[in-house]
Amino acid sequence: MIKTLVGVALASVVGLGSTAMAANLSGAGATFPAPVYAKWAEAYKAQTGNSLNYQAIGSGGGIKQINANTVDFGASDKPLKPDALAAGGLQQFPTVIGGVVPVMNLPGVKPGQIKLTSLVLADIYLGLITKWNDPVIASWNKGVPLPNLPITVVHRSDGSGTSFLFTSYLSLGDPKWANGPGANDSVNWPKGIGGKGNDGVAAFVKQTPGAIGYVEYAYAKQNHMTYALMRNKSGAWVAPTAEAFAAAAAGAKWSAAPGFYLLLLDQPGAGAWPITGATFILVHSKQTNAQTGHDVLAFFDWAYKNGNPAAAALDYVTLPDTVKALVRKSWLKVVGPDGKPVYK
Amino acid sequence: MSTAEILAADPAAGPTRSVAKGVGLEVFFEGICFAAATALLAALGGVLVSLTIGGWPAISKFGLGFITTVTWDPVRDVYGAAGPIVGTLITAALALIMALPIAGGVAFFLVELCPPILRRPIGTAVELLAGIPSIVYGMWGLFVFAPAFAKYVEVPAMAAAPSGSIWETLTQGIPNGSGILAASIILAIMILPFMAATLRELLMTVPAQVRESAYGLGATTGEVVMSVTLPYVRRGAIGAIMLGLGRALGETMAVTFIIGNSHGFPQGLFDAGSTIASTIANEFNEASGLQSAALMALGLVLFLITFTVLALARLLLREQARL
Repeated sequence: MIKTLVGVALASVVGLGSTAMAANLSGAGATFPAPVYAKWAEAYKAQTGNSLNYQAIGSGGGIKQINANTVDFGASDKPLKPDALAAGGLQQFPTVIGGVVPVMNLPGVKPGQIKLTSLVLADIYLGLITKWNDPVIASWNKGVPLPNLPITVVHRSDGSGTSFLFTSYLSLGDPKWANGPGANDSVNWPKGIGGKGNDGVAAFVKQTPGAIGYVEYAYAKQNHMTYALMRNKSGAWVAPTAEAFAAAAAGAKWSAAPGFYLLLLDQPGAGAWPITGATFILVHSKQTNAQTGHDVLAFFDWAYKNGNPAAAALDYVTLPDTVKALVRKSWLKVVGPDGKPVYK
Repeated sequence: MSTAEILAADPAAGPTRSVAKGVGLEVFFEGICFAAATALLAALGGVLVSLTIGGWPAISKFGLGFITTVTWDPVRDVYGAAGPIVGTLITAALALIMALPIAGGVAFFLVELCPPILRRPIGTAVELLAGIPSIVYGMWGLFVFAPAFAKYVEVPAMAAAPSGSIWETLTQGIPNGSGILAASIILAIMILPFMAATLRELLMTVPAQVRESAYGLGATTGEVVMSVTLPYVRRGAIGAIMLGLGRALGETMAVTFIIGNSHGFPQGLFDAGSTIASTIANEFNEASGLQSAALMALGLVLFLITFTVLALARLLLREQARL
């Protein structure tokens, strides 16, 4: 009873007023943000009675499902380009930020002791640098005891947003990579072995002396893996920390990106981690049911306001307030059958 | 209608009605069986048709090149599946070679040699092994088996291989416990219980008189097995082997974890490779357009490989029946 009352009160506060029926929202897509969406959904249901069912079927699946109109919102780690958004009649906005961290297994080298640039990383993954004591690596790492070990390259075997971010970063920094394997959620890897998921990559890296791989930031942090310092756009060496991801997001020019199509790769700012990316939500610009559209946006508005602690506890980086304000403004473009914004 | 109901209904009904009812039931039963069998056929046909339709964009674009080239490039939408096809055949064959002698040994031991008190526990253990989900084999393979395999098999084998020899070629790869051979061993463990259980059932069908008369003639256990039991179950044994092979060809999760997932031809037994099933499992989630068509076509190829294997088995059986 009290719960219902709270629900009604909240509903009227957010400007709904018309109905107090508990909504049942469905979404599908990216696996990377699934834990935080689940956490938010749980807290949201406790507060409002509205439930949210999120299926982590992968970004590609999320895009397919929202285009097929089988879910209320889709989710993707890979932002859709503005023309794809227009073609599908979709709106896109970021929710949380994550990043990719190069991890390695180098006996005698401590976390953060080794420094890498995008060019070095690309050459390693292209198979042009094959030993850890290669002069190119050594020139950036004076005084680091680099072993005479062959480099074993480990990549994701499954199509994933993590691979998309990583290969996009390599493409950005090295034309050889851009014209070779290119950027995608799975590419034609020139060499190396593929592990399934972050777990699979981490296991291969841990079991192979001399291996290098890449995993999501939260995974690297929780498993205390040996990471590399990366050189960012301003020439500074940065460690993968929540602050470094936030710095990348803060320095980005979101307002100049139509449809929030923005990869946070190689952003300016002395403290910015170069391999950063946001994960996105997709909704139809023209909602057939204004109430559903309203409920979806109300959920994410609630998450923007109240979701930061839960996200931080799971090692996600939340959006700066300026970006959230921009997103809220973009929601005015989501309209109901009557052409009026569904959520204000 | 259950048997109990029929029996209960019988006394009340007259003899003629009972016969009529029995005929009705018979027709009904035949109809049900026929429907079940044809539904299976229809489902099989449906799978074949939908895989062909789904994979058609890739098949028509690449033609025969789809199964003869090795470039698998989702960025440029170029798909050649020779790597996964070869990986599937090698891992399944290796797994079968490793599992068959052990499965045979287990079955013979259980039927011929095992003390009666051990028969049930060992038989149950074999059946339990068959019930372990494949993802568990995958996790165990990746986190427990792979490090041990690298340390005690791959590294010594690579170090011991004389340079320039065939052994050096065979042991090429990264000694971290993943790769073709590791995946084959996991597969062998997975198909072992199926084959052992089926072979055991088969051996038990050998009439006791036949075996006992052979023993009575003074044959040793080995002689009984080789000249009496084996010939008796030969036809059924091929079925058991094909069952194991079919499972090895299609096994997905455990292989995906440990095979190393590289689309090229494996250069050696320790090198990373891929199978058809692991490639589909890895990429289907995020695939769209031509890539998803290529994966469908891969599924069709796997379907055809399995079909060919079964057809070959049938052919072998027929040859044997003629002998």
